[in-house]
Amino acid sequence: MEYLPQIAFVVVIAVATYLLYKRITQIRKNILLGRKESRTDQRPKRWKTMWLVAFGQKKMFKRIVPAFLHLLIYVGFLVINLEVLEFVIDGLAGTHRIFAPLLGDFYTVLINIFEFLTVGVLVSCIAFLIRRNILKVKRFHSPEMKKWPTLDANLILVIEIILMFAILTMNATDMLIQGQDEHYAQTGKFFFSSFLTPLFEGLNVSTLILIERSAWWFHIVGILAFAVYVTYSKHLHIALAFPNTWYSNLKAKGHMENMPVVTNEVKMMLGMPVEGAENPPTEVARFGAKDVNDLSWVNIMNAYSCTECGRCSSECPANQTGKKLSPRKIMMDTRDRAEEVGASLAKGGKGLEDGKSLLGDYITKEEINACTSCNACVEACPVNIDPLSIILQMRRYVAMEESGSPASWNSMFQNVETNFAPWKFAPTDRFKWAKDVKND
Amino acid sequence: MSENNLSVPTMAEMTAKGETPEVLFWVGCAGSFDDRYKKVTIAFIKILEKVGISYAVLGEEETCTGDPARRAGNEFLFQMQAMANIQVLDGYGVKKIVTACPHCFNTLKNEYPDLGGNYEVIHHSTFLQQLINEGKVKMKGGGEFKGKKITYHDSCYLGRANNIYEAPREVLQALDAELVEMKRCRTKGLCCGAGGAQMFKDAEPGNKEVNIERTEDALATGANIIAAACPFCMTMMRDGVKGKEKEDSVEVLDLAELIAKNEGL
Repeated sequence: MEYLPQIAFVVVIAVATYLLYKRITQIRKNILLGRKESRTDQRPKRWKTMWLVAFGQKKMFKRIVPAFLHLLIYVGFLVINLEVLEFVIDGLAGTHRIFAPLLGDFYTVLINIFEFLTVGVLVSCIAFLIRRNILKVKRFHSPEMKKWPTLDANLILVIEIILMFAILTMNATDMLIQGQDEHYAQTGKFFFSSFLTPLFEGLNVSTLILIERSAWWFHIVGILAFAVYVTYSKHLHIALAFPNTWYSNLKAKGHMENMPVVTNEVKMMLGMPVEGAENPPTEVARFGAKDVNDLSWVNIMNAYSCTECGRCSSECPANQTGKKLSPRKIMMDTRDRAEEVGASLAKGGKGLEDGKSLLGDYITKEEINACTSCNACVEACPVNIDPLSIILQMRRYVAMEESGSPASWNSMFQNVETNFAPWKFAPTDRFKWAKDVKND
Repeated sequence: MSENNLSVPTMAEMTAKGETPEVLFWVGCAGSFDDRYKKVTIAFIKILEKVGISYAVLGEEETCTGDPARRAGNEFLFQMQAMANIQVLDGYGVKKIVTACPHCFNTLKNEYPDLGGNYEVIHHSTFLQQLINEGKVKMKGGGEFKGKKITYHDSCYLGRANNIYEAPREVLQALDAELVEMKRCRTKGLCCGAGGAQMFKDAEPGNKEVNIERTEDALATGANIIAAACPFCMTMMRDGVKGKEKEDSVEVLDLAELIAKNEGL
């Protein structure tokens, strides 16, 4: 019986690890539904980008209030997790606050710092709940934010608040137990949790121990459950922000990815030598993107990294003027479709052949046609997600596979083809402007 | 310099004389065909000729870079255009290109290298800034624009697409005018609504036109002049100003026009 808590702890860790492993493997598979794309050049610049944008949250600070609140949660998350190390050692070894005697007074300082951050996280989460639900910040109430996305966001905040209360309760009761039982590791006073001690005063030691233990278990099981939950949630950005920024597009934002398959065909039409002409690719993939497997794996990783903050859509000129396009929705749809295909394949289902596709069943032509390619969404994203890349690949599919572009674009194509200008002017008139000003 | 006193040499003429210009001026379709933007083309040429820069244009040999076709998804058409243009440019041994169109600029600079066309490409805002910095264009203090309120509308294809934010502003500052910023500027600048081939079709259903939203930003500054550096922005902002019935009090002018006017060209 003595080892029961330790056995229970090992079982909890094992279950969480197994669930996480399974889920991470699945997400990896879903991301790799995308086509290959090499993004490993300029490594020093990639590390620097990750360091500044993900770790340093550089782009968050374009909006100072949420940036500050987010920073509190972020630092809290990073630092409080150090305490989880003690939780794990205690849980496995059957000890209690193993670092307290080792670190002495410094332990008290450390826990007080953790408590300070705990309160910071608490305050921020409450402020975020208020922003979302009472102040109704516009970008949290767009059409794509109905139901699950809103519930998901609120759940995360509420779970974090409960977890923080668990820590404070645990510390408060621990302090009271220490006063009554000298066998307990003496830690000195914890500033913030001592505000909670009046709630528990007058309880006997065994009740206090029960509360303290419950809070301890609640916190550690809560953290593990939260970790599993995160992988099913928009909150996955806490991990994916790092690889996502490392694999950022480092080229000029105005650059559109070239299509070498088209280059080969154009060269053949123009009678120019074609590289690798003797070994043409056996299977020519689709031109442009209709479904998730036509996109690059980076596009799908982008989708999993999206935390649905909506800064992209709030900066989008089309979205601001009431068009259906929302860059955030493009990312959410891409993730949802990758999830759907991945889950189907995992069950031995039809996967991509289920009669549905990203373009058509999730994203409409009306949305992609409304984009001005202005890069405001790309610029706004705090983790360097590129919704524009997906939009432009879909336009390629519509134009080249379906010839389904808007009629005015088809006329424009025709003008470029026959008059070498997007407007219907005769190519021989191109230099007419100089006639009146030329001195001959 | 009077209106009919410009030389406007073509690459063909120069090559026939055995000369090679220092820089090719890529006029672009808007600069060639759009009545309003032709004035920008001519203003820029007046500056080039006043400074005495050795330049040439392609004339009838120039064709669309393919940008609108590519942005609308027609990669074949884009690459056909690009390959044909690269053959012409390489045929003349062109090394350096200047253009007044940010879309041509972006395509020539960032996208032609993928297809084997490598040139030093520079937008006219940067080119003008260099001329001013080098003292080749000497701005008259107390010129026509002294003390006037000018606001600059960032072109997406210069700004976010290519990180050119300061060159156009430095050009404007040289006018001794009062440069006022819109609430959304530089990296946060709002698009005029014409990029990504939107210039060539009607907007999707919504509750407002993008150019009206942007024109409101510009008018809110109280500026009498909206400075643009892109033919599409120029059209959209002019339409916006007309829509707001402010065309009598607010002008939309290109950087080259402002410089040329200030120089009395």
